[in-house]
Amino acid sequence: MTNELDIFVGNTTLIDEDVYRLWLDGYSVSDAVGLRVRSGILEQTGATAGVLQSDTMDHYRTFHMLERLLHTPPKLLHQLVFQIPPSRQALLIERYYAFDEAFVREVLGKKLSKGTKKDLDDISTKTGVTLKSCRRQFDNFKRVFKVVEEMRGSLAGNIQQHFLLSDRLARDYAAVVFFANNRFETGKKKLQYLTFGDLAFCAELMIQNWTPGAVDSQVDDMDVDLDKEFLQDLKELKVLVADKDLLDLHKSLVCTALRGKLSVFPEMEANFKFIEPCRSDRWPLNDVRLFLNQYSASVHSLDGFRHQALWDRYMVTLRSCLLRMYHD
Amino acid sequence: MPGKLKVKIVAGRHLPVMDRASDLTDAFVEVKFGNTTFKTDVYHKSLNPQWNSEWFKFEVDDEDLQDEPLQITVLDHDTYSANDAIGKVYIDIDPLLYSEAATVISGWFPIYDTIHGIRGEINVVVKVDLFNDLNRFRQSSCGVKFFCTTSIPKCYRAVIIHGFVEELVVNEDPEYQWIDRIRTPRASNEARQRLISLMSGELQRKIGLKVLEMRGNAVVGYLQCFDLEGESGLVVRAIGTACTLDKLSSTAAFLPACNSPSKEMKEIPFNEDPNPNTHSSGPSTPLKNQTYSFSPSKSYSRQSSSSDTDLSLTPKTGMGSGSAGKEGGPFKALLRQQTQSALEQREFPFFTLTAFPPGFLVHVGGVVSARSVKLLDRIHNPDEPETRDAWWAEIRQEIKSHAKALGCHAVVGYSESTSICEEVCILSASGTAAVLNPRFLQDGTVEGCLEQRQEENLPPGCGFCHIPYDELNMPFPAHLTYCYSCRKQKVPDVLFTTIDLPTDATVVGKGCLIQARLCRLKKKAQAEANATAISNLLPFMEYEVHTQLMNKLKLKGMNALFGLRIQITVGENMLMGLASATGVYLTALPTPGGIQIAGKTPNDGSYEQHISHMQKKINDTIAKNKELYEINPPEIPEEIIGSPIPEPRQRSRLLRSQSESSDEVIELDLSHGKKDAFVLEIDDTDAMEDVHSLLTDVPPPSGFYSCNTEIMPGINNWTSEIQMFTSVRVSRLSNINLTNQTLNKNFNDLCENLLKSLYFKLRSMIPCCLCHVNFTVSLPEDELIQITVTAVAITFDKHQAVQTTKTHVEKSLQRASADNEELLQFPLELCTDSLASHPFSPAKEHLESASSNSGIPAAQRDRCNSWIELIKLKAQTIRRGSIKTTVSVEKASPLTEGHFRQRSAPACANSTVGVVKMTPLSFIPGAKITKYLGIINMFFIRETTSLREEGGVSGFLHAFIAEVFAMVRAHVAALGGNAVVSYIMKQCVFMENPNKNQAQCLINVSGDAVIFVRESELEIISAQQPIASCQPACSGGEIAT
Repeated sequence: MTNELDIFVGNTTLIDEDVYRLWLDGYSVSDAVGLRVRSGILEQTGATAGVLQSDTMDHYRTFHMLERLLHTPPKLLHQLVFQIPPSRQALLIERYYAFDEAFVREVLGKKLSKGTKKDLDDISTKTGVTLKSCRRQFDNFKRVFKVVEEMRGSLAGNIQQHFLLSDRLARDYAAVVFFANNRFETGKKKLQYLTFGDLAFCAELMIQNWTPGAVDSQVDDMDVDLDKEFLQDLKELKVLVADKDLLDLHKSLVCTALRGKLSVFPEMEANFKFIEPCRSDRWPLNDVRLFLNQYSASVHSLDGFRHQALWDRYMVTLRSCLLRMYHD
Repeated sequence: MPGKLKVKIVAGRHLPVMDRASDLTDAFVEVKFGNTTFKTDVYHKSLNPQWNSEWFKFEVDDEDLQDEPLQITVLDHDTYSANDAIGKVYIDIDPLLYSEAATVISGWFPIYDTIHGIRGEINVVVKVDLFNDLNRFRQSSCGVKFFCTTSIPKCYRAVIIHGFVEELVVNEDPEYQWIDRIRTPRASNEARQRLISLMSGELQRKIGLKVLEMRGNAVVGYLQCFDLEGESGLVVRAIGTACTLDKLSSTAAFLPACNSPSKEMKEIPFNEDPNPNTHSSGPSTPLKNQTYSFSPSKSYSRQSSSSDTDLSLTPKTGMGSGSAGKEGGPFKALLRQQTQSALEQREFPFFTLTAFPPGFLVHVGGVVSARSVKLLDRIHNPDEPETRDAWWAEIRQEIKSHAKALGCHAVVGYSESTSICEEVCILSASGTAAVLNPRFLQDGTVEGCLEQRQEENLPPGCGFCHIPYDELNMPFPAHLTYCYSCRKQKVPDVLFTTIDLPTDATVVGKGCLIQARLCRLKKKAQAEANATAISNLLPFMEYEVHTQLMNKLKLKGMNALFGLRIQITVGENMLMGLASATGVYLTALPTPGGIQIAGKTPNDGSYEQHISHMQKKINDTIAKNKELYEINPPEIPEEIIGSPIPEPRQRSRLLRSQSESSDEVIELDLSHGKKDAFVLEIDDTDAMEDVHSLLTDVPPPSGFYSCNTEIMPGINNWTSEIQMFTSVRVSRLSNINLTNQTLNKNFNDLCENLLKSLYFKLRSMIPCCLCHVNFTVSLPEDELIQITVTAVAITFDKHQAVQTTKTHVEKSLQRASADNEELLQFPLELCTDSLASHPFSPAKEHLESASSNSGIPAAQRDRCNSWIELIKLKAQTIRRGSIKTTVSVEKASPLTEGHFRQRSAPACANSTVGVVKMTPLSFIPGAKITKYLGIINMFFIRETTSLREEGGVSGFLHAFIAEVFAMVRAHVAALGGNAVVSYIMKQCVFMENPNKNQAQCLINVSGDAVIFVRESELEIISAQQPIASCQPACSGGEIAT
């Protein structure tokens, strides 16, 4: 005797958080049942494997029906078919849009196109995240990107408004969109050690300071693109490196100020221009901070340098980013 | 022109894309009532159109208002081809037709299409202006209130309980009309939906007319069902209990209806039915004749009926001929005379109620039931209701005579049902024979009754158990003892009833759900042969079901069943029996004896050993159950009970058929040495199976209880969390060589596994109780069994067990004093009862649950409204229909202004959807129902030709049921309510054809839309200004993101 049809419909839609997680993680029904059995649920509840199978199927069916609504979260709030308490709605949305660290590091900065989607197979193998879950996460990125791409106003704010995400998650998505739009290659070997958190931190600062929105809150694409004028202006700063006199003067100013305070002074003198090598030389974080502070401050004492405001816009953000990125 | 219906189409949202090119829709709306249609403008290129139409006005008779549904069709405009329908909304405007219910229907309704399901929502406002109608011979019955609830609704008081009303209408089923061959499935489904909606309206109107003729103003326990007979037609039938209800208020309200002299009432003919045949069988007609000689066609031989009073199980013979005149003591005679006079004028002294005002139910005799097998293709005049009316009249007569045989003049907890397979139809009716207190049955007898009540002066909680029949001339063999509570009257050893446990009944421990399940194979046959085969099987099935129930009850250590419902389902090649009831231990009845097993071959050593092993297992199970359900009745020394009553025919009521094929039923005299023991004789493998199946029922996991009655005996500290659900399973019987045993096992497993799944699914609610567990079985195809379960899970507080004994004493004291004073107090007590059942619930918890509930505004709205209601009632005696007064009061009152603002707020605010609770119970734990908004009675068809794409049969039905819930909630919300009580899914007919990738399902649901207010809120409100407190509640529905 087999059950051809087996359903359970509650006036309040039942959401099992554990099964939801398994579904989001892309497990098949039978894998999910296996995992649930291993969690010891049968012993705890005295249920049979058949009951567990039926329950899992039922939850999966519900999630499948909810998925369409989860693609446009405001619809989930206004629809009439599933009666779900607000706190549960928020949980459903938040979890659906959550993503794996391993996955996001693979995709961050890549174009959210069909081409990338084809690579999901490899990403799945590499990261151990199931292909199904990879697809969901990728589609989430793409969907959010498409909706907010051309929108006015704060990037994170738009995402929060249209996808009803938590503050934290909305800011993470802002970073994803920012990187995807600007195609910052984050997959380079040198950058491998950086976490998504590091990159999101940088993205947030860049959005705050380096986009058109930082200057004018009424322009299109204000938070998505980097401020072109600003990028143009940055060329002016090259003078600090290109002009030998200026460079030497800057160097001596910094060195004088820091002599005796840094434990790695000789190295600093040698590697003045490049911060990255600091890591290989194992500078303590505090030394890096001192150096950067001095490095940015000293410019103000350079008489021949005219772009003080530009320098600050550039350096304040850069300094914070560098400090954040400065770890093992 | 007695009425004006006004409709405004405001807006749409989430519409489907109808134009692939633009990904948008050009939507407009057709509003149709009767033969008049209005259209809105086309709102171009939008999925969220804002029509903001004018008020469409329909000037109609109130008869049409009752019959017709308002039909709203959303279409996509197409310049070059026919406009495409997006979907429809049917709105039953009946709730607007009586003054105490809703005043406006306003809200978002799901747009429903029978092929695609819900496709967006539409915002509609509906109002009705009624004018006074002076026509005495009117056909409408506007103003009669309808309630599905099978008890007196919480905010009303019963002035008179008039009695049984029934009606039946027949029409050709559109699906079987010739035109169905050429029209689309959508057109066919819509024709059917519309027809059933129309027929329901007509039925309700006709029943309303009967109620008005009885001088009543309401129908309680209204149960409407439809029978899909196929070729012979589509039947919609309904039964209910006519009452005169009085809205509860601190002042005695005055209603014209109850002012009519009782003399006049008696003179009024039972009704002037448009179908005179409904009541063709007068009480004077000899009963036997009526039942058997009636034949609508030349089909006499096929007609057969099987019926029993459940206690006897002696098939048919002698039962029906039971004559009255078995008067017991002088008191009984007096009571009987009084009741008789009150009930005499009624053709059928039946009551669909399952719970009663205190003092209404005097004695309970036992379950009475009747079944009859009919052939549908032999109906003479299929389009007319006569034949079916006669069928039901016949069954009701039988029920009436069974009740008489039990010394009872009334039947309570009465219900009717059918099971149809091809051309065979089994009609069933059952109820509980009872003796009632006449004081509620008519006016003018109040004083007399009061005296009589005092004379009666029975100790509380046991009176209903006392036998109504004469012990020296018992209608069936029974084992009588003196009542264990009062020690004065006699009681039976077990009591089966179809009603809820009376509130004043004293029980020991907790109750539990008890089910008997049974299958019987039957040869496929045609017409008469088929009907005969079924009728022959019926008595055996009833008997087996009864035996199973009795055994399981004893195994639980309990002595009474409440809410008993036996369903017999007929299929092509089998019959299924499923009985559900709630077992309890009544303190008034004796302790049940154990179950003894006796072997047939006593000399076989190993066999003996096996038997004793089984015996031990059974004894262990009983002991375990007693512990589980906390059944530890106080020991009563033998001498207090008195000497054993001389028993005329002392024997165990065990009848067993010799073999499957034989028709012969032999009564076995099993009076073994041990007095109470129930003996199971193991003489064949069949019996062995039975014993095994007894022991396979697994008790629910710890923290879970279940019952099929309104409330769980022994639990009274409910907390506020509730979860109503419907679960459906369809199982395919795989093997070809089915036997009764394998079939029984399959069926048993199916039910047990379903229950286990429910317990698992709801485990987060522990400690909790599944209440009103309602199983229905159907056999959609040869090898398919479908089980549909609807129930509600309610949490309770384990640590705050209310001391039951104490409250019982308090209650009875309260009642005693109330009785001695005046009748007016009784309704007040009724309403405090619901409060008293959770007196210790912590306020904090209520607050938490209340704050998460965005349905609050509706409830608070109503509080304002009920103030007005009160003023209105004081001010005048309005007969419904006179709107002028209503309007003027509302305009004048500053309170109402607030009330209207509140009402429109949720729609405009565009925030989250308000929560609407649904429950099969008549109450909401921890809350008070402040207003009944009208009956919800909805019928939907859903069909698909892309079954696989919709997730197979499970995906299809899951989505459909979720949509049905959504549509019920939307209608309740539009009426201004926040809950539907006494909710029932009356039908869920599912058909599939996976080869063609098709499936179809019909669902019929009903319930009462209400406004409830949390008790904790009530307290808060009373401490604050009503208006001020409304404000913060509005923002309660906002989601925190």
